[in-house]
Amino acid sequence: MTLTPAPPGTLHSRLAWAITDAWVITCRDLAHWARQPGAVIANTLLFPILIVLMFGYLLGGAMTVPGGGDYRDFLMPGMFAMTMVFGIGATLAAVSADAARGITDRFRSMPMATSAVIAGRAAADMLNSAAALAVLTGCGLMVGWHPHRGATRAVAALALLLLLRFAFVWTGIYLGLTYYRNPEAVTAARTLEFPVGFLGNPFVAISTMPAWLSAIAQWNPLSSTVSAARQLFGDPTGSHPSWITDHAVLMAVAWPLLLIAVFFPLSLHRYRHLSR
Amino acid sequence: MGTSAIACEGLCKRFGKATALGGLDLAVPEGAVYGLLGPNGAGKTTAVRVLATLLRPDSGHARVAGFDVARQAAQVRARIGLAGQNAAVDEILSGRQNLVMFGRLYHLPIGAARRRADELLAQFALTEAAGEPVRQYSGGMRRRLDLAASFIVAPRVLFLDEPTAGLDPHGRNEVWQTIRTLAGGGTTVLLTTQYLDEADQLADAIAVIAAGRVVAEGTPGDLKSLAGGDRIDVVLRDAGDLVPAARLLQARFRADVRLDNDSRELSVPVTGRLATLTEIIRSLQDENITAEDITVRRPTLDEAFLYLTGQQPPSSGTAAPAPASPSSLPR
Ligand SMILES: Nc1ncnc2c1ncn2[C@@H]1O[C@H](COP(=O)(O)OP(=O)(O)O)[C@@H](O)[C@H]1O
Ligand SMILES: [Mg+2]
Repeated sequence: MTLTPAPPGTLHSRLAWAITDAWVITCRDLAHWARQPGAVIANTLLFPILIVLMFGYLLGGAMTVPGGGDYRDFLMPGMFAMTMVFGIGATLAAVSADAARGITDRFRSMPMATSAVIAGRAAADMLNSAAALAVLTGCGLMVGWHPHRGATRAVAALALLLLLRFAFVWTGIYLGLTYYRNPEAVTAARTLEFPVGFLGNPFVAISTMPAWLSAIAQWNPLSSTVSAARQLFGDPTGSHPSWITDHAVLMAVAWPLLLIAVFFPLSLHRYRHLSR
Repeated sequence: MGTSAIACEGLCKRFGKATALGGLDLAVPEGAVYGLLGPNGAGKTTAVRVLATLLRPDSGHARVAGFDVARQAAQVRARIGLAGQNAAVDEILSGRQNLVMFGRLYHLPIGAARRRADELLAQFALTEAAGEPVRQYSGGMRRRLDLAASFIVAPRVLFLDEPTAGLDPHGRNEVWQTIRTLAGGGTTVLLTTQYLDEADQLADAIAVIAAGRVVAEGTPGDLKSLAGGDRIDVVLRDAGDLVPAARLLQARFRADVRLDNDSRELSVPVTGRLATLTEIIRSLQDENITAEDITVRRPTLDEAFLYLTGQQPPSSGTAAPAPASPSSLPR
């Protein structure tokens, strides 16, 4: 018996081949969720929901937003963005575990399209994040938050958040394929996600920060997405006039595109030349 | 046989200062089970990774199933199976889900992938556990699933990198059985191992490698002769006689006599078996030294390994089987 698969010839069939491969990889992740729904909820949703409840109800009363507005409304876009940040760790952990355990090598030794494994991973992570965003939006609506400037702008805000996530997918894939031999590095990267939030504007307004911190926070890509989402949802922005906050939507597109331009080719290169 | 299923010439690969492959040459005939035997760090994994298109060599050429691993990687990948050093299967999915996924990645239609998965599950004695998550499998079951995954398209060439590393003796036996079955179907198997008896059990031919080069090649029997011919083991009645007897035989045969105090045993390398045997008996009698037992034997693979690689064979840790005792002394 021989089942030797014939590699595709034409461009069209090669593309179809790559898409099938990527889809099978994506389905693998969907099957993980079906097998372990609890882990998915704990990993991606529990934390932002807890934060919304904690900051919004326990501490929110004591927090004021410069320029006026409700702290809970100020916080929601920040939590959406933090959920995107936590995605880096999820991507990183999945990618490095596969690489460390030889699964990536098995894929690489099979007649698959080169880009399919990381493309499939990216698609799975985007689906996961879209679902997380949907659940978090639901939570927000339940605690009284809602978009003020219409559905189109709200959808645009969600799209910018997912664009940021897409950039983080490639960051996570690159880091995972680079540091998988070193579990401490993987843990460190996951631990750093939270401080990254404090070096930006998801929790507090930049105008309340000391000068050195506000300089960092302004140029944190996360801050641009959060500011843009606040503007598009019509939530309080914690007024901080500066060039970068005035062009928040532009920067919320530019930053992720820049990250993608850097980390997508690096990830592909790492995948092709993965050494043990 | 004629054509080689695996052929490589002068493969070199360095990692910084470490030389993993220092000019590896191999020619594995179609249908053979070929053992790549070497101590830890000898370059076995690097060799497998180069041959399985995962790693580019710094220099040298390799052809697998008739295709160049560097320039025709896609054709090679369509014809090989790989089971790496650890079982590369998804722990969360079930055994069946794993095999169906890999089947689909070989572009079998979904129905065919499912049928093939069930076939393999039966062939590898995993049908009962097919629906369980792999996390719950024993080490031996995981390995068998890993082998099944590498065998989905019945590859022309199968690479197995230390397939029994970390298994208990029971798991190892199961995996050996599986490998014999796979090899019986005509697939060429390249198997790496640190264990001499594993190579002896499974391989038709063995290449011993050290520092990324082949230092000896042949059948297990050939390698035993390479280690320096036959030996005669003499067990003495009195331990006190060991040293004088060793001196005597050393002078008599100008050979490197080894002695073992615990078993009161001397081991003498010899050329002419019977002539030497009578000489030894006579010399000892002349000195009034009593021998309890005398055996003529071929060297063990352990001795061959020691001789060829200049290293101790891996000690019998949890996974390693104890080397067969060379002595005929009843215990
Ligand atoms: N990715 C790597 N980076 C650095 N050194 C490596 C790498 N892979 C292998 N080596 C080195 O190359 C040599 C051969 O390794 P390997 O092929 O794994 O041997 P084996 O599988 O026989 O134990 C060792 O000295 C090892 O340390
Ligand atoms: Mg190895």
